[in-house]
Amino acid sequence: MIVAGNHPLRWTAWVAVALLLLAAPFLVEAVLGRAWVRIADVALLFIMLALGLNIVVGFAGLLDLGYIAFFAVGAYSYALLASPQFAVHWPFLVLLPLGAAAAALFGILLGGPTLRLRGDYLAIVTLGFGEIIRVFLNNLNRPVNITNGPQGITLIDPLQVGGFSLAQTHSVAGLTFSPVHNYYFVFLACAVLSIVISLRLENSRIGRAWVAIRDDELAASAMGINTRNIKLLAFAMGATFGGVAGGLFASFQGFVSPESFHLIDSIMVLCMVVLGGMGNVAGVVLGAVLLTALPEALRYIGPLQQRWIGEVLVDPSDLRMLLFGLALVLMMLFRPSGIWPARRRTAVPAAAGAVEKSRATR
Amino acid sequence: MLNVHKLEVAYGGINAVKGIDLTVGRGELVALIGANGAGKTSTLKALCGLLKPKAGRIDYDGSEVTGKPAYHLVRRGLAMVPEGRGMFPRLTVAENLAMGAYIHTDAAAVARDFERAYALFPRLAERRTQLAGTLSGGEQQMLAISRALMCRPRLLLLDEPSMGLAPLMVQKIFEIVRTVAAEGVTMLLVEQNAKLALETCNRGYVMESGTIVLADAAKALLSSPQVRHAYLGE
Repeated sequence: MIVAGNHPLRWTAWVAVALLLLAAPFLVEAVLGRAWVRIADVALLFIMLALGLNIVVGFAGLLDLGYIAFFAVGAYSYALLASPQFAVHWPFLVLLPLGAAAAALFGILLGGPTLRLRGDYLAIVTLGFGEIIRVFLNNLNRPVNITNGPQGITLIDPLQVGGFSLAQTHSVAGLTFSPVHNYYFVFLACAVLSIVISLRLENSRIGRAWVAIRDDELAASAMGINTRNIKLLAFAMGATFGGVAGGLFASFQGFVSPESFHLIDSIMVLCMVVLGGMGNVAGVVLGAVLLTALPEALRYIGPLQQRWIGEVLVDPSDLRMLLFGLALVLMMLFRPSGIWPARRRTAVPAAAGAVEKSRATR
Repeated sequence: MLNVHKLEVAYGGINAVKGIDLTVGRGELVALIGANGAGKTSTLKALCGLLKPKAGRIDYDGSEVTGKPAYHLVRRGLAMVPEGRGMFPRLTVAENLAMGAYIHTDAAAVARDFERAYALFPRLAERRTQLAGTLSGGEQQMLAISRALMCRPRLLLLDEPSMGLAPLMVQKIFEIVRTVAAEGVTMLLVEQNAKLALETCNRGYVMESGTIVLADAAKALLSSPQVRHAYLGE
């Protein structure tokens, strides 16, 4: 567990990490090019998404395969109210909380009917939910055009305060802040806030209640936990993270369409959580960064083939997903509880299974 | 303290409990014994709000609580130690106890409860940072009981505390039950180990296929030929 102690060395380390994170976009641009600053931005968005899903899947143990729907709700809330679509341009300080609230509402809408479901049954329902949202977004252009259908919504306002827009390049103290740099700092702040909230939740009364419900729902309610409300809270909190990330995404891209919210995107976020270490905040952050960067890094396979073999033997886009899949399979074989497993999950004892079995024979 | 009138519990179409009457007075230690499938656990689950009864009425502490959810009853001092102990294996011993105190927010009083639990079970104090799932069966039962005590119950429902334990540990658990009763906690104890349960309790009910067939003082039940034949193997 990462806890800042009083030790001066530890403080120095934290300051170093903070400085490194602040300098990161410039370092990355210098070494890898501006495209990688954009990838860093996306990674920060995915950290928020993965942390949100981690609340539902990692803490409360509710398998959600439609999580990207909350991202979509947040993105469209922002897009519809800050674009020429309805010719309204609300400020982001209103829209981000609004998107979060809308996503939370959808979280409760999903959680309500599925309270009694667990495991694979819940997975199927949430999968359906994710698809329903996407199909709705795809088709809500007739008879009244709301979402503009598959064309999506364009010309979405960037984040701006007064006349200061993040979509413009600014020069401060000899440093050039291009839009990807600007957004990096906003996303970084949001991601850090998400991390802090997640860590606080994990060791709170509510966090323990989630673990208790995951371990033994009946015993949890015998402790006086209102299991219904606490489960709905998990869905709502998780969705909130997704909603905020969605709003940021819409402003960052300037364009949203249903294409961005496929099942594969839900699976991708779930992979980040599972691969990083379900239930462990640090692991989930690591998973999000790795799984955003890895597919991008694999793009270099094409040019490398060209250089070493003289021709491109395998289309990099094919090989990319193949290698990516292989990496996932190997990971799950050799580190099934993730790269950085949660303390609470590392020792799932055999005795627990025996107790569950005896409970089953009522 | 607890009054049950014509309670019926059903799963789907099957009646597990077919209209039973039962009372537990303040300060009493009452046993509910019977064979596997007699409806003991279903009765208990209905009493603590984990199952909605099909019919009948439950009064607790002067007011009707029929069909009230478990989290409501726990706040009124009716706690339960579930069958099979109901550990949270991924939480530590201390965190399990903290879950027991879930409804209490006064930190100082909760800290005192922790001390009391550790004094009652020094073994748990030794293992407070250990994951509950790594405890032995007997230790888990100790944890389950002390966890239920953390919510400061006035009526404690115990479901099969001796289940799956070694004989020596069973003796120990029943000693604990007596200790807790001596502290003034009213208890309803569901057991298959009829002899030990009746020796420990003041009164007893005998349940058979969903109905109560005998109700008497524990001593009388112990000497009743019917009980001796059916449950004590004589």
